[in-house]
Amino acid sequence: MLSSHHPISDPAPPERLTMSASNPLLELRGINKSFGVAHVLHDVDLAIYPGQVTALVGDNGAGKSTLVKCLAGIYPIDTGEYVFEGKPVSVHGPKDAGALGIEVVYQDLALCENLDIVENMFLGREKKSGLVLDETTMESKAREALTSLSVRTVKSVRQSVASLSGGQRQTVAIAKSVLWNSRVVLLDEPTAALGVAQTRQVLDLVRRLADSGVGVLLISHNLTDVFEVADRITALYLGRVAADVATKDVTSRQVVELITTGHSSDLDASASSTTV
Amino acid sequence: MTDIITESEEAGFASDLTQSNTLGESVQAYIGRVRGGDMGALPSVFGLVVLFIVFGFANDRFLSNLNMANLITQAGPIIILAMALVPVLLLGEIDLSAGVAGGVAACVMGVLMVKHDQPWGLAVLAALATGAVIGIVIGLIVAKLGIPSFVVTLAFFLGLQGVTLKLIGEGGSVRINQEVIAGIANNNMSVAAGWIVSLAVIAGYAVLALLRHRQKVERGLQHQPFAVVIAQIIALAAVMLGVTFILNQNRSVNPNFPIKGIPYVLPMIVVLLILWTFALGRTTWGRHVYAVGGNPEAARRAGISVDRIRISVFMACSTMAALSLIVQASVSGKVSSSSGAGNALLYAVGAAVIGGTSLFGGKGKARDAVTGGLVIATIANGLGLLNQASWINFVVTGGVLLLAASVDAISRRRRSATGL
Ligand SMILES: Nc1ncnc2c1ncn2[C@@H]1O[C@H](COP(=O)(O)OP(=O)(O)OP(=O)(O)O)[C@@H](O)[C@H]1O
Ligand SMILES: [Mg+2]
Repeated sequence: MLSSHHPISDPAPPERLTMSASNPLLELRGINKSFGVAHVLHDVDLAIYPGQVTALVGDNGAGKSTLVKCLAGIYPIDTGEYVFEGKPVSVHGPKDAGALGIEVVYQDLALCENLDIVENMFLGREKKSGLVLDETTMESKAREALTSLSVRTVKSVRQSVASLSGGQRQTVAIAKSVLWNSRVVLLDEPTAALGVAQTRQVLDLVRRLADSGVGVLLISHNLTDVFEVADRITALYLGRVAADVATKDVTSRQVVELITTGHSSDLDASASSTTV
Repeated sequence: MTDIITESEEAGFASDLTQSNTLGESVQAYIGRVRGGDMGALPSVFGLVVLFIVFGFANDRFLSNLNMANLITQAGPIIILAMALVPVLLLGEIDLSAGVAGGVAACVMGVLMVKHDQPWGLAVLAALATGAVIGIVIGLIVAKLGIPSFVVTLAFFLGLQGVTLKLIGEGGSVRINQEVIAGIANNNMSVAAGWIVSLAVIAGYAVLALLRHRQKVERGLQHQPFAVVIAQIIALAAVMLGVTFILNQNRSVNPNFPIKGIPYVLPMIVVLLILWTFALGRTTWGRHVYAVGGNPEAARRAGISVDRIRISVFMACSTMAALSLIVQASVSGKVSSSSGAGNALLYAVGAAVIGGTSLFGGKGKARDAVTGGLVIATIANGLGLLNQASWINFVVTGGVLLLAASVDAISRRRRSATGL
């Protein structure tokens, strides 16, 4: 069902099983972030590995979206280290994150409803020939990216985003990461507003992205989804990392405990360290 | 994987199949869009036709060649000021001070030419620079302090009138009889030049439209049916040739002094229209203006400097406003302490909105200023010919503005309901 020439269509590569071998693509060390007096993130460590889906879970207000916006350069980090491919980097704005190959699908979707799909996919990074926008190249590339994700439910790439369903919008946002050959994709609750079939599509998309070597961070409240697609789970509790474990080492009940109380009584303390 | 995907697997994008749809289908699609609330230029063109019929019957001088030329020179400053406001409205902002900012700028020009004997070119440059500086200051305050543009520009609306008074003196005015400036509204192109320019514009448009169409077809991109492209070229040609023909007739009431030819203000508007259509539709800057108007947060996250866009738009607005009031000075032959005050701004906002630019931001085109400006100018011109008391003019224009804003609000609701 996928066009076979695209890398994303390849079956799951074996790296998925030998995760301990690869180094993190993106790493945060000891991140702190406050809004005025509200200290939202406390010494947060986070690692995103190439070819893996890392799930970020936590209750409402735990700080997941804030963490994503710090990664994306929307919010400046107060203290802590931002490491990309082993090298410390400074990310001061969305442009810097984009230059590193980080693409974000926001919880509150960041699309302009008055623009069409192509215009949204290239927003801020328009292709030009001389002074003029190169509409033909942009339209062809957007079409390619959507086709490679086997997105067939949209009528036209020149349709305005206002006329798309929630799932279609989500798809457009995700397709951006294919378009820009992203190294890391951050998805903040991409399936929260979707029906069964559309959730299915987005999850498949997420898995395919990771299988093509992209480092994916997936935020979700739905543990079934998390257990299905994630290789690792990082649990956030009141702005602190409660656990960072491989999915195969935990049960759903333990993750619920981590989310609601910040610790899990019977979670093997060594599990979280050995799997990193 | 799921039915949704497998079902349409071989279909590609549905519209790819209907890319080369027939004329009939695209007419139907257009009707669908209009019904869905995306009316484009329809209300202004329809309004213009109705007004021409009404005034044409009410007064036999309305459709005379002389009055048609008058109408175009009267519409000039309104159209240019409306064009100034379109980008601001696209951001979902407003500039209430555009008229008086232009007034200050025109005043700078007048004082430099008349009181300081400076050449007209320098005076015009100084006026445009004055506009640009005012715009930058407004933009900085709106973008950096985050005060609503409504409040900032209301303050400037009052303050700048004081500046004009100071420059020109209480109740004073400066006569503008410099040849070039006065000529914008009062001199005409030769008949031959008029035809040549008109044909050149039509040919240029036709070539560009056909080339773009062919490129899209070749690269397999979404495009309009060929018949629609041809229809658009024919429509433009008809308007251009018709207007050129009328303006190239002798319109003088005195048979000894024939007046004919296109007033220079018209090619000036055409140039500005091309410039703004290009800037808004074909450049990155224009794309970002629409993006900021549609969703500022999304624009920011896409790495667009929202503040820079806001400041540049206010700067462009006040600079264009300066141009508008220079043309106004040419029409009325003077700059006075009330230049750009009064209802100039309301006319311009009304023109843009009637033309189809939304007050809610994110939707509008440069051409809206032209069609809407013609509607407003026609109302003023027609009521003037009927010798109506000026209170009627105020009431009617206010009513039209309110009507246009209502149409905007209702069609916006329909658009969001139908997702256009
Ligand atoms: N811009 C802001 N200014 C002040 N406080 C903020 C801001 N953004 C978030 N917060 C606070 O930070 C905390 C974490 O918010 P965040 O949106 O990151 O939570 P979340 O984990 O994404 O929750 P949800 O699951 O509901 O999306 C909340 O207490 C919120 O009130
Ligand atoms: Mg959130």
